[in-house]
Amino acid sequence: MHELSVCQALIGQVEKVARENDARRVVAIVIAVGPLSGVEAGLLEHAYPIAAAGTLAEHATLTVETVPVRVKCRKCGAETGAQPNRLVCGDCGDWQVDVIAGEEMLLKRVEIETAPAAVH
Amino acid sequence: MCRDCGCSLGPAATRAPLAAATATPGRTETIEVITAILGENDRVAAHNREHFDAQGVLAVNLMSSPGAGKTSLLEATIRALDGRLKVAVIEGDLATENDADRIRACGVPAVQITTGNACHLDAQMVHDAVHDLPLAGLDVLFIENVGNLVCPASFDLGQHRNVTLLSVPEGDDKPAKYPVMFRAADLSLITKTDLLAYITEFKLERAHAALRQIGFGGETIELTSRGGDGFAAWLAWLEREVAAQRERTARGSTARPAIQPEGAAVHAAGRPPR
Repeated sequence: MHELSVCQALIGQVEKVARENDARRVVAIVIAVGPLSGVEAGLLEHAYPIAAAGTLAEHATLTVETVPVRVKCRKCGAETGAQPNRLVCGDCGDWQVDVIAGEEMLLKRVEIETAPAAVH
Repeated sequence: MCRDCGCSLGPAATRAPLAAATATPGRTETIEVITAILGENDRVAAHNREHFDAQGVLAVNLMSSPGAGKTSLLEATIRALDGRLKVAVIEGDLATENDADRIRACGVPAVQITTGNACHLDAQMVHDAVHDLPLAGLDVLFIENVGNLVCPASFDLGQHRNVTLLSVPEGDDKPAKYPVMFRAADLSLITKTDLLAYITEFKLERAHAALRQIGFGGETIELTSRGGDGFAAWLAWLEREVAAQRERTARGSTARPAIQPEGAAVHAAGRPPR
């Protein structure tokens, strides 16, 4: 539900990167999102064109990499996958685990187009 | 236009057809970034936290579904404290001044943020509200978030502690259904326990188990805002946190909720190559 707000924030970050690098336009954006970030990849993709309209990123493709949840057990030390609502060690079943992946909401990569090199 | 789900597009929908991309292709370049998408919100949140720390105020973000008893808890808390702690409240709702009016009737200052259709508070909204609220002399600022178990969990407001409420009528499996929200709590309150006698389907041990399974490592208090031991334990938690905030202020340090959305940045796959 809050994915449009997140997209607007994303466009803000992307435009900043684009301006800093003298981009004419943004070609592609890659973000990483984990299930524990509270945002849904599909909803982000739907909200993205609305947030991007009229910006340097208007025609950019958005790639959402989903990051699976991984936990590290404080008891047995195992690193295993886990479900967002069952953050327990996949090996010994203990619930005292640290989440090591799955909380991400990161802008990873921006592909931009800059002005063509001057022709002599 | 709805800022959040985009349900009625407003200006964006009436925009003229988009111009085709420019003809002469330029050079393309890939820039590795690795930055928090909500970095701007996080920056404003950090600024809010500085405001709170400068005045030695403890900021507590209350989150729950609508109707779990956030405002009733605050009313009962303010009355029970009876001026022992100086309290102010920021109320977040889609519409109406009702909750702020209820808090003001208890004799403490309240600012209502009406979000329109937005489903959560963000750091900028809280920042604007703080400008309408004198922080000097306060002990606790409660931020009552929009009743919603999804969106508020993703936005840092500058608070020191997150408190979630799970009311008995909602069912004991709510933490399993909304793991991101309940995991974000420093303190989990199971509210309306006076209804346990009627809603026998709700099992406290199942609620505790559901919280453990989502990795919630904080304290849990069972209470009803009508009073009793659980309510006293909540007041004691609050007074401990206020004392801890005073100590931090004296030392010039701060605190953040146990789990922060941008904690994700720490787990980034790696730094961008230089």
